[in-house]
Amino acid sequence: MIHPDKNRLRRTMLFLSAQRPSQMKDAYIYRPDSVIFDLEDAVAESEKDAARFSLFHTLKTVDYGDCERIVRINGLDTPHWREDIRASVAGGAEGIRIPKCESAQEVVEVEAAIEAAEEEFGRPVGRTLVMAAIESPRGVLNASAICEAGRRMFGVAISGGDLRKAMQTRYYPKGEEMLVPRGMVLLAARAAGVQCFDTVFTDLEDMEGFRREVQQNKEMGFDGKSVINPRQIAIVHEIFTPTEREIIEAERVVRAIREQAAEGVGVFTLDGKMLDMAFLPGAERVLALAQAAGLYEGDLVP
Amino acid sequence: MKIEVAAMAGTLESSDVQITIEPAEQGLSLSISSSVLGQYGRQIKRVVLDTLEGLGVRHGRVTVVDKGALDCTIRARVTCAVYRSAGITHSIPWGEVPVNDPSR
Repeated sequence: MIHPDKNRLRRTMLFLSAQRPSQMKDAYIYRPDSVIFDLEDAVAESEKDAARFSLFHTLKTVDYGDCERIVRINGLDTPHWREDIRASVAGGAEGIRIPKCESAQEVVEVEAAIEAAEEEFGRPVGRTLVMAAIESPRGVLNASAICEAGRRMFGVAISGGDLRKAMQTRYYPKGEEMLVPRGMVLLAARAAGVQCFDTVFTDLEDMEGFRREVQQNKEMGFDGKSVINPRQIAIVHEIFTPTEREIIEAERVVRAIREQAAEGVGVFTLDGKMLDMAFLPGAERVLALAQAAGLYEGDLVP
Repeated sequence: MKIEVAAMAGTLESSDVQITIEPAEQGLSLSISSSVLGQYGRQIKRVVLDTLEGLGVRHGRVTVVDKGALDCTIRARVTCAVYRSAGITHSIPWGEVPVNDPSR
């Protein structure tokens, strides 16, 4: 059994330190699509155990509603990651994020540990999803294999901090330094049919720069973005929300393709444009985005 | 579980609670300080004692410095302190860790 929400909407993934109760207790009020409880970089080495207990009790007790709860575990080169997975699965997390992923083998190892934990704690096997963060040149080059490595895999995130350093560059406003890695990871994700998320934007004073980067993310075809502050959420949701014209167009396309398909017609024209089944997922995604923004209440969202 | 050595968990940040647990010969003794003691003192005491009972801790001296923590945070810090006292950080029996009972 694989989680029915594998392809759910994930415009924003908000990072929260699992060591800080003040961050974890009520972050759902900011309405991110997902939260990422961080056991890795945000937690000091001496507090890894305490963070796992906080994580476990938060997962068990705090009602996050529709907000998806993902856990960033420690790297596979640490003594922590297996216990991180046990605590996450026992608590009922919806997903695990693998940091600094460089190979398909890492995904295979994490999936095996998740399955063992699901069996140990009586969770439905296959319920816990996986995503991988690509943070190195080797990870970028292996992105395709990583995206196709596991049946729980729902997406990959590109992580710019370490990657820019490894590429001997830094953040530039136009994003040219990240164009190739972003493009390569996007291509790998699309070829494998999984989602793709862009890196965090760390300068909270530069909201114009943030807006510009999110706009570029949307134009490149990303599904969403990792965010580090609740103030960033509304901007991402606004930019990823379709226009009224796009919504009307998508509604007509979905309706027409389904009607024609029901009559056995595969290719047809609508307003002079050729349409076939290949247009359906994109149009359905526009409606799902509109629905999430409260702009569409119809019944065409799958 | 038996409290063999003193252990601490949690911080003095807002929304957190710092728990110190020390060995004692007979029974449990509890010292609580909180900015919301008048309003939540009994609740904090109940959650701490309930968590200790769930972990099978019968003897110990517990010091609680509360900074407005949720019940689940109190449970997390108490449980962490008890496991630290036992020197256990991995292979936690998560299925047996006492959690909040929503019916109470």
